[in-house]
Amino acid sequence: MTGSRTIRALQAATGMIVLAAIWQILSMVFPPFLFPPVPEIISRTIEVLITGSLLADVLLTAARIFCGLLGAFILGGILALAIGQSKTMENFVAPVLTFFQGIPALSWVVFAIIWFHGIEFRVLFIMVMTTLPAFTFQILDAFRSMSQDLFEMTMAFRPSRWSLFRYLIVPTIVPGILTAWKVNLGNAARVVVVAELVGATGGVGYQLLRQQQLFDMAGAMAWTLQLVLFVLVVQQTITTIENWALRYRAVSERAL
Amino acid sequence: MSTVISFKNVTKIFARPDGRGDFTAVEHLSFEIYKGEIVAVLGKTGCGKSTMFNIVSGLIEPTSGEARVIGHDPFHEFAFFRGKIGIVFQNDRLMPWRSALDNVRLGLQILDCDPKESEETARAWLRRLGLAGHENDYPHALSGGMRQRVSIARAFAVDPQILLCDEPFSSLDEMTARDLRAEFVRLVRQNDKTAVFVTHQINEAMEIGDRVMVFHRPARIAYEAYLGSMNEDARRKVRDEIMRVLAVEQALAPPPFWQRRELGDQQAGEQRPHEGEETGC
Repeated sequence: MTGSRTIRALQAATGMIVLAAIWQILSMVFPPFLFPPVPEIISRTIEVLITGSLLADVLLTAARIFCGLLGAFILGGILALAIGQSKTMENFVAPVLTFFQGIPALSWVVFAIIWFHGIEFRVLFIMVMTTLPAFTFQILDAFRSMSQDLFEMTMAFRPSRWSLFRYLIVPTIVPGILTAWKVNLGNAARVVVVAELVGATGGVGYQLLRQQQLFDMAGAMAWTLQLVLFVLVVQQTITTIENWALRYRAVSERAL
Repeated sequence: MSTVISFKNVTKIFARPDGRGDFTAVEHLSFEIYKGEIVAVLGKTGCGKSTMFNIVSGLIEPTSGEARVIGHDPFHEFAFFRGKIGIVFQNDRLMPWRSALDNVRLGLQILDCDPKESEETARAWLRRLGLAGHENDYPHALSGGMRQRVSIARAFAVDPQILLCDEPFSSLDEMTARDLRAEFVRLVRQNDKTAVFVTHQINEAMEIGDRVMVFHRPARIAYEAYLGSMNEDARRKVRDEIMRVLAVEQALAPPPFWQRRELGDQQAGEQRPHEGEETGC
């Protein structure tokens, strides 16, 4: 088990090393403002991480992503459970969410700038509106996949609504919730940058805009890497939670 | 003896899944079950045994007639029956995310029992059913027989007055099923429960029941026998009679609606026998 994990890590590292090598070769061919050398990108990345004022921008973006996802998750969860229990509710809400899904993230940015003044509220609004449909539909799918057999078995004990929610519904939808967080995290990271790029005075998106104005490719790469690192760390955290929460699942010794 | 379950002219009609009319699952069914009895309900697949079972457990409402359990309406007085009815289903219906111990504890948790007490009760029931040492195993790590034992422990753990069993051993091998049947009867007797045991196997019904009720489709009693202190000869006669009753049902009754062919559907609606067509009940 440990051997295969090491092999997987080595394969993943090899891919990244090859990519870095290609970049380094390109940096020797092209001027540094197009392809800065890899060591410079790394040192700028570390500089962002160890400089308090710069790190604050990363944390601000992380907080915006987290708040946006949390808001969409809570709202989406409530909507999904309401839709799951009422066909009428579904008839009203599902088409609206589908309509929202078709609206590009950039349109939400424009709407937010026109409608609202506060920067933080604008970003929160954009994040919630772009991730809400996916959260709702994913939680709804998980809710609907609830086993009828387990539902009847639980109902045989005459549970209160709270008991039913706690002992049956929550464990049933947990895998769907974790998947929804993983899927929406990447989406949210992209959207937050767009939102910050056009309407914020701080955060990774704002810093990327500054690097563009300064024509500083190494800085742009360093700030991009902050976001990538953040997504990787959170993805890994969710995977760890997933492994713990779904530890009951049987694992075949023969991989597919 | 006090009546625990009574059905008076109970009828249950479902809308057909294909939207073409209705389907009568239970028709004018009347019977009484008394405290401490084990009643085996026998009938072929699709004859409405499970519908009767769901009415008793309060999961569905009769279309007409009156169903009473401990003097109350099981459907409308849903909360009254908290902890009073235990159910063992055909398949184990264990929650895959809960260990064996936590599956047994489920009913006790729903009843808001003290966590420490409920854990001790669950452990004790697992021990009684020969599952000591498997408390922390998840369902996927248990055999079919062990999982069904967990589900029996779950039903008994809440100390219900009534136990409803819907073909609980039908998916197990005969040796395991025989052991579990014996264990089940012993537990029901020891704990002074009233049990309704739905099955489609004559031997199982005769082995378990104090009384056997044979259902025709739509569910109505076609034959009933008290087995209590019968000798072997009398039991053999009862078995022969049950087989005769079921054979008559086989010959006369139309197949369940889901087995009817497009062409034969009209005939089936007219209650004609279908020669050469496989009948479910």
